[in-house]
Amino acid sequence: MPELRSETMTVNMGPQHPSTHGVLRLVLELDGENIVSADPTIGFLHTGIEKTAEQKKWQQVIPLVERMDYLGAQSNSLAYCLSVERLLGIELPDRVTYIRVLIAELQRLASHLVWLGTHGMEIGAVSVMLYCFREREQLLNINEMLAGFRLFPSYIRIGGLREDLPRGFHAAVTEFLDKFPGKLDEYHKLLTKNHVWLGRTKGVGRLSREKTMELGLVGPLARAVGIAYDVRKTFPYLKYDTFEFNVPTQTDGDVYARYLVKMDEMRESVKICRQALERISPTGVYDCKDYRIVPPPKDRVYTEMEALIQHFLLYSQGFNVPKGEAYVPVEGARGEHGFYVVSDGTNRPLRVKSRAPSFIACQALPHMIIGGLIADVIAVIGSTDVVMGDVDR
Amino acid sequence: MDTQPLTELLRAAVPGASIDSLDPGDMPAIAVNREHLLDVCATLRDHPALQFAFLADVTAVDLYPANPRFEIVYHLACLGPHYVTAGAAAPAPPARLRMKVRLPADDARIPSVTALYPTAAWPEREVFDLFGIAFEGHHDLRRILMPEDWEGHPLRKDYPVQIRKETASWSPLQLTPEEFARNIRESQARADRDARGKSDRRD
Repeated sequence: MPELRSETMTVNMGPQHPSTHGVLRLVLELDGENIVSADPTIGFLHTGIEKTAEQKKWQQVIPLVERMDYLGAQSNSLAYCLSVERLLGIELPDRVTYIRVLIAELQRLASHLVWLGTHGMEIGAVSVMLYCFREREQLLNINEMLAGFRLFPSYIRIGGLREDLPRGFHAAVTEFLDKFPGKLDEYHKLLTKNHVWLGRTKGVGRLSREKTMELGLVGPLARAVGIAYDVRKTFPYLKYDTFEFNVPTQTDGDVYARYLVKMDEMRESVKICRQALERISPTGVYDCKDYRIVPPPKDRVYTEMEALIQHFLLYSQGFNVPKGEAYVPVEGARGEHGFYVVSDGTNRPLRVKSRAPSFIACQALPHMIIGGLIADVIAVIGSTDVVMGDVDR
Repeated sequence: MDTQPLTELLRAAVPGASIDSLDPGDMPAIAVNREHLLDVCATLRDHPALQFAFLADVTAVDLYPANPRFEIVYHLACLGPHYVTAGAAAPAPPARLRMKVRLPADDARIPSVTALYPTAAWPEREVFDLFGIAFEGHHDLRRILMPEDWEGHPLRKDYPVQIRKETASWSPLQLTPEEFARNIRESQARADRDARGKSDRRD
């Protein structure tokens, strides 16, 4: 019998492929439908944000960093502000801290909703996307209420918040929080026991505990293999240690386990939001009141010379940050997310470096897809929830 | 931040290494010499009392024109009860650590830690790409964010921010200060001319 000649085939997936979450290019080597090797190629969205940030004043960097991880914009600005505030040595009033907690958790919900919608759609459950975007729309409306901008509100500033909460904020958030757990049940009904969903996700893209840690994966990816590390619990910031919530974990480490972890995380986020909302008064203090860093109130700018001068100084020269460096990680929607900021004592940063969880997750993709089928690549990319803006920066 | 027990432990475990304690204020920090970097990393990761199994990030800072010019910065963490390393019996307390290696401008190379921390592969490629620092022993040291035929290393402080150059991506972009100043002058003149042209039309 003549021997069957076989050879591997190289396929380019992306950078313009609808399921690669933007512009990720995977060079796959295929043996039939099995993946023999994979090489993720990134950089198509590289815009040099870190270089640009070195030319801007400290406060001006916020809109830039919000555009890195564009699904969790306010988690970027929160991490950046916490690091800079550590350098400045600012203590914030409790009300500001709790508003930030609330915003961070709402942002996590918004990000997870996009993840769930696109992940479902890529595997073939198109209706999930419509459900998720319906709820995300409400969250974007809340952003719009806060700052007039839906995706990149730049509401969190160094030294506090941009302005006080808008009228009707509590009602809008409460309405969302009341409805959302019911909607979560709907998503569960659509997917959790869905036969097709189980077939596409169970046992796919499995990682071991050791491999996960070697690859530096934290966040939902690590919690899906039972590493219950959550920055909010282990290295608390923003007084997260005063909030009551659980860290959901699974042990299987496959796409389905990651799905369950994120679904449970959304429930926990709702819990935190409720506690935070209770602690926030509708009006009150919204910044640190240190007028070398935050602008003085407008009524004083209009009536007092000193306040006017301070206002001009702040907007023309910014403020100097003491020489030093800081790295304060937060738990973003995709895992530990932090900014390493270095100051040389001037009004511009010497270095701003984002620890991007998507970047690390992207690196781990070959370990999850090699040996699997090409159809599973899409499920795995969806489960890692990479945001290419965060990968390429 | 008290790093004395840590530095003493490291000095005992890695004889000959120069380990300095730094005080950045936000977390314990040490500076290590590059000759002993790998031994120090192995101790940090595997010592039962330390267990820094999680390497969060590798990055660099360009302190141009100071010398030593580059600082390579490693952010490590011990996750406490959430992750116990293979050889250890009990978890170590959760902790964070910043480790720095200083490199001179004319000899910007450092051993790669990818053998100990595989997660460092991409961050090290990024530092190589944007700062031009060679990681010895890295299995795949290529550019990662910039195009493969790019010249120069954009995050270096002497790399110009604004360049106007009739160029394809493969021609050199590392300009001399004179060229850089001329570019700025010419673009300014061009902008002025355009503005004048506009106002002329309006008249």
